[in-house]
Amino acid sequence: MQDYSVFDIVGPIMIGPSSSHTAGAARLAKVAATIADGKIIKAEFLLHGSFAETYKGHGTDKALVAGILAMEPWDERLKDSFKLAKGEGIEIIFTPTDLGEVHPNTVKFILTKEDGSVSNITGSSIGGGNILIIDIDGQEVAFTGKYPTLLAQYRDLPGVISKLSSVLYEENINIANMRVYRNGKGKTATMALEADSIITEVVAEKIRNIKEMNSVQSINPIVEGVF
Amino acid sequence: MFASRGEELIKICNDNHIPIWEYAIREEVLLSEVSRQDVIENMRRTLHVMVDASIYAQEQPVRSISGLIGGDAYKIKLYADKGKTLTGGFLNRAMARALSSSEVNAAMGRIVACPTAGSCGILPAVILSAGEKLNNSEDELINALFTAAGVGVIIAKNATLSGAEGGCQAECGSAAAMASAAVVEMMGGTPEQAFTAAAIVIKNILGLVCDPVAGLVEVPCAKRNVAGTVSALTTADLVMSGVFSKIPFDEVIEAMNRVGRQMPVSLRETAQGGIAITPTALIFKKEIFKD
Repeated sequence: MQDYSVFDIVGPIMIGPSSSHTAGAARLAKVAATIADGKIIKAEFLLHGSFAETYKGHGTDKALVAGILAMEPWDERLKDSFKLAKGEGIEIIFTPTDLGEVHPNTVKFILTKEDGSVSNITGSSIGGGNILIIDIDGQEVAFTGKYPTLLAQYRDLPGVISKLSSVLYEENINIANMRVYRNGKGKTATMALEADSIITEVVAEKIRNIKEMNSVQSINPIVEGVF
Repeated sequence: MFASRGEELIKICNDNHIPIWEYAIREEVLLSEVSRQDVIENMRRTLHVMVDASIYAQEQPVRSISGLIGGDAYKIKLYADKGKTLTGGFLNRAMARALSSSEVNAAMGRIVACPTAGSCGILPAVILSAGEKLNNSEDELINALFTAAGVGVIIAKNATLSGAEGGCQAECGSAAAMASAAVVEMMGGTPEQAFTAAAIVIKNILGLVCDPVAGLVEVPCAKRNVAGTVSALTTADLVMSGVFSKIPFDEVIEAMNRVGRQMPVSLRETAQGGIAITPTALIFKKEIFKD
């Protein structure tokens, strides 16, 4: 039987109207922007299922743009996100589509950054404001962002995981859950690692210094803060 | 780990001579590994958001993003102030509070999902109205939120709080049950009486479907928050008079869970049944989503 925090029941504090269509959408976009890692100049949102059908009425569109601007789900500026994005010169496109056999509240982000590079991230809003990232640049993944998460892409060679976990050990960070995904032996592997404590930028930088690493991002959970 | 059933929680409270709110705080400290003080301060912030949302749409008419609802909290507030109501200022002010939070939610304002965004008006309206009447301190209102959350945890463990899984009975029904239990403890009732109130509220709303017009959290959701609020408050009086539920809380929750599972998908938040497919609702839908 699942255990619940009292704040799962009386909470979260959020901008309405819908935990899955608004709060979850903002959370998804914030995590996607973190994964994209760089100043975003253009964001295209491919909306699937219920997101495609009701995004306007639920403010899903505004929430997604707010997340790209790194707003939290309880930020009252959320409803003005279009104006704020325009002010920052970010181009926004919404495209209702069919992403296939995925959760009804799913969105694919196509994020173009200042340097011209593009990140493709797909995620679902799975209820109560909770999310699941399911694909990054064509690589299937599965993590919720509920725990401090380290996302690493590296050359699939023996010993890389050991080097990475040594850094975490030195920093006294306990690994709660770890999954490795790869397209083929010796090619690029993607690891999503969930930890019990916050993975700081300093720790992420140490991991980046491991020579097989292509990219390393630390995604810390959205914790309700002061507003 | 938090008690799995109401019966178990009542026994723990009775054995330790503590109210439900005290049990909920202790369990939260254990689960979250943060201090008691921090857990309480978190709930204080939650209460403050509730207060703001329950007042805002009473002071000025607020319109939802779709334009479908809004302005009703303001109307009831003016009506209550005139003093010519049938059911009195207390119930009318409670209704205004419930609508205010629901309208703020639909207008993309800040609310507390309790347990969901669609049912966010009930708990604040109930405990703020009761608190005003009973002259409760802020700390006592915070305690009431812990009582409500404690009851909600038990419902979540044995049924569901999501309209997509269990219909509106799971959202507005649970919210009202949690709120009624909280008021009973605010009035000095026992943990057993608090769960009795929750049981009676759920029995009275059992089977309520989730049928949002155009799929939006507006119609009939906002007014169901009013109904839940009234049910929670009147049931608290019923229970404090000494009335008991013939069917125990845990069995009522089992029934609610079963009824939710028996509901067709069309009546579980998909907007494919109930009020959502009435001719007028379909016209609203067409107007809202026209490009």
